[in-house]
Amino acid sequence: MFDTLAHSVNNDTFLVRLGCRMTAAFLVQVGTREFFVTVDRGRISAIDEGQFRMRGWSFAVRATEEVWRTFWLACPPPGYHDIFAMSRFGHCRLEGDLSVLLSNLRYVKEVLAIPRRKADTGGGDG
Amino acid sequence: MAEFEPMVGRYLTLTVEGRDHRIYFEEAGSGIPLVCLHTAGAHASQFRHILCDPTVTDYFRVLAFDLPWHGKSNPPVGWQNEDYQLTSEFYAATVMGFVNALELERPVIMGCSMGGRMVIRLAVEQGPHLTAVIGLESTDRPTPWYDDNWTDHPEFKNGDFCAALVSGLCAASSPNEFRWETLWHYYQGGTGVFKGDMYFFRTDSDYESLSSRIDSEPCPVYLMTGEYDFSCRPEDTIRTANRIPGAEAIIMKGLGHFPMSENPEAFREYLLPILDQIKVGR
Repeated sequence: MFDTLAHSVNNDTFLVRLGCRMTAAFLVQVGTREFFVTVDRGRISAIDEGQFRMRGWSFAVRATEEVWRTFWLACPPPGYHDIFAMSRFGHCRLEGDLSVLLSNLRYVKEVLAIPRRKADTGGGDG
Repeated sequence: MAEFEPMVGRYLTLTVEGRDHRIYFEEAGSGIPLVCLHTAGAHASQFRHILCDPTVTDYFRVLAFDLPWHGKSNPPVGWQNEDYQLTSEFYAATVMGFVNALELERPVIMGCSMGGRMVIRLAVEQGPHLTAVIGLESTDRPTPWYDDNWTDHPEFKNGDFCAALVSGLCAASSPNEFRWETLWHYYQGGTGVFKGDMYFFRTDSDYESLSSRIDSEPCPVYLMTGEYDFSCRPEDTIRTANRIPGAEAIIMKGLGHFPMSENPEAFREYLLPILDQIKVGR
């Protein structure tokens, strides 16, 4: 998912415009792997894989690989279809400065859901 | 020649708690009055598909009004100098004020989310004067899923944020067209209105200790919740139904927190049998 995420976001002019107020970094944890996503005015300028000992991020979304795989299905089941649903049911953890997430909520939600576009056409790679 | 939808819209003025409120409502059909209460931060357009469904309107006079501050209902004169905050007393008085102003005899009240909370209170207090209540995405007590301090975040006043906050409450399987129309209602919300509704929904509507008093003999209680709803979870609805003697809980597959607007075709398959029961019972 993270191989192509930056390309997908940066080539989606509407999505970049949605995120134009966001310049921040956030962390996505997939199982034991950590991905550090840097956003510069709606464009993803870097995605670096950790572990990081001394790098700050604004907020983090942490879940197991299985949970993310379910979240990225074209039509996820109840409880796995939204990060807040996953948080409520304990499938993921939201940490850090959530005000950054709230200020860019639609943008972040759409970025995280991008792999569903591939899943929709039968090419889902989880 | 234009093809008109069957509903008509009108305005009336209700005096609630000593202040005049100009209220917009839409209606269609004839028969048993069916009053629809919209969700927090939205407006009565959520019920447009039911207003256009002859299977419903052949037997029911469907009425859907916008609460003050919502949709095409004005805030009261002087609004510019106050923070909107919906209280349980004001909400109940507005619904019954609407029912009385239109001289609706023993209506069915169907409300969604915060409207679904309100129908619990109305069933407690007005049961013998109602034909039935239908709570969509309904519980008898607050079941918050985000921290209270989020409502103080500046974004909470923005429609764009409100839509993104509730977007996941729609089912993943609901048609895109209707899911986005449902979210548009949140883009349309007045500044601070969704937050003001949250006062009722999160703070001023705990009826858990009252709901067991509902007599579902004169006033049947139907609680219908979508399986994708994580605000009012299916288990929350079932717990509420278990506290109300005779209440029926229906968990709806493939639907979320806004069944009537996010997937009207799927919702009517669940609603029509309930309306049939109500017709027979009355």
